[in-house]
Amino acid sequence: MADPLLEVHNVTKRFGGFEALSNVSLEVREGERFGLIGPNGSGKTTLINCISGALRNDGGRILFRGTDVTEMPAYQRTRLGIARSFQIPKPFTSMTLLENLCIPLEYAAHARSGGDEAAGDAREILRLMGLESKAHITPAGLSQIEMRKLELARAMAAKPKLLISDEAMAGLSSAEVDDILAILFKLNEDGITIIMIEHIMRAVMRFSERIVVFDAGAKIAEGTPQAIAENKEVEKAYLGE
Amino acid sequence: MQRRVFLASMLAVVVLGALVTRVIQNQYYYFAAYVILQYVVLATAWNILGGYTGYVNFGSAAFFALGAYTSVVLIKAAAAPLVVLVVAGGLVSGLLGLGIGYLTLRLRGVFFAIATLALAVVLQTMFINWEYVGGARGIYIIRPKTVPFFTSYVEFLFAVMVVLAVVAVTVAWWIENSRVGRGLAAIRDNEEAAECMGVPTLKLKLVATTVSGVLMGVAGAPFPYYVTYVEPSSAFNLDYAVNSLAMPMIGGTTTWAGPVLGAVLLGTAQQVATVTISSALNLLIVGIILVAFVILAPEGIIGLVRRVTKGKRG
Repeated sequence: MADPLLEVHNVTKRFGGFEALSNVSLEVREGERFGLIGPNGSGKTTLINCISGALRNDGGRILFRGTDVTEMPAYQRTRLGIARSFQIPKPFTSMTLLENLCIPLEYAAHARSGGDEAAGDAREILRLMGLESKAHITPAGLSQIEMRKLELARAMAAKPKLLISDEAMAGLSSAEVDDILAILFKLNEDGITIIMIEHIMRAVMRFSERIVVFDAGAKIAEGTPQAIAENKEVEKAYLGE
Repeated sequence: MQRRVFLASMLAVVVLGALVTRVIQNQYYYFAAYVILQYVVLATAWNILGGYTGYVNFGSAAFFALGAYTSVVLIKAAAAPLVVLVVAGGLVSGLLGLGIGYLTLRLRGVFFAIATLALAVVLQTMFINWEYVGGARGIYIIRPKTVPFFTSYVEFLFAVMVVLAVVAVTVAWWIENSRVGRGLAAIRDNEEAAECMGVPTLKLKLVATTVSGVLMGVAGAPFPYYVTYVEPSSAFNLDYAVNSLAMPMIGGTTTWAGPVLGAVLLGTAQQVATVTISSALNLLIVGIILVAFVILAPEGIIGLVRRVTKGKRG
């Protein structure tokens, strides 16, 4: 079995009196395709905010490749190799797509090397994502699926070891979902570990090797897609008694 | 290539400024040009934080006045030379800038703007109550009788302001074309995404607020010698806050040329209006032009020019 890439130990996060995450522990292995599901408000996005550093957890530790990143600001975690896409796309609106990708390339992927190299790499990533024809326009001119692809492309430009995809497919058509899935499969083949948060069951079930289910801020199940589909607890969380 | 052209033209401006003092005799022109150049510095400084980084500073007057009062203290206590005043004014206002940089940790958007406005009020109140620098009455500053190389002190101040303006614009130009500038633009567009893409947002914001503060303080440092009478209500005048915000907005906030253009156009218009109509009209002019631009050309003159040239090509 491969070493854990990401270890989450007893992570707790409170917003005032509300406990959004209570004592969550999980491990993601190197090279794994990992699914994270659960009803709305179950704490999935809060957890990845804690992992990526957008939020600080109130209790517990987070380890990435053996390094304790719990106290690390988000930008340093990105430089270590954790990249994420946002559920609601947050592009750099004043920049072209190419410039959008140059930010993580310059600041995270090769924090020391220069700008020309970044532009070349950015073009390559846009080509992989099928966005090369839009390299010189601003995100305002993109369609919904292109915007999602830009989110993934920009996360890719940080050259991560772990990619967290937060609902990259919500609101897309079935063909578009397949399109994004193909991209994620390809990235995984290239050695990138992927955590997928998704409501589209067809996509998560097909993509994930292992799935963790959240409900009300706690982990209620963990297993293969097959096992999760047959789990009574999970059914109850989604459909009620 | 572009770098060489830019630096050469900046050098040309300095040389031209020096030559002008050999030709023009009428002292009024130096008085007027000093003010316009001072606004080039202020507008450029404002734009580094407001335009590049997206944090609106309503308290420019505080930074300017802090530079001016640092000079007052040093002149009174040690009769320090102008070079020392400029450096000291920059340092003190830079420290204040660093301080408000930490405010950005908690305050965004309009809340940050209000905090900077409050800062100006607090500082003004402080200086009103500080007897050593003249309190509310104000204080007279006596200029040195002579300066080497210049026939009058105002010509000298004009030359100093030319250099300061060139320095400020060069700093802005450098930031704009560097990794720092691209990081600041990412923060302006989306701070959360920037941080998640590896941009050290806090560090860069501190750089922006500090550099902006330094340049504003530098602009204020020669002020006591220019007016020879400093009092809180003129040093903290609303004009500085409004102009240093309006000039970049009118010129265009995304490039170094925007604030320069805005400051030269608006500054000149104000000077002309002061002489031909009345000095009270200044802010009215700025107000009307600003409203017109915000509605008709939110990207300023530079943005307007770009849109027109692009339209022709496409």
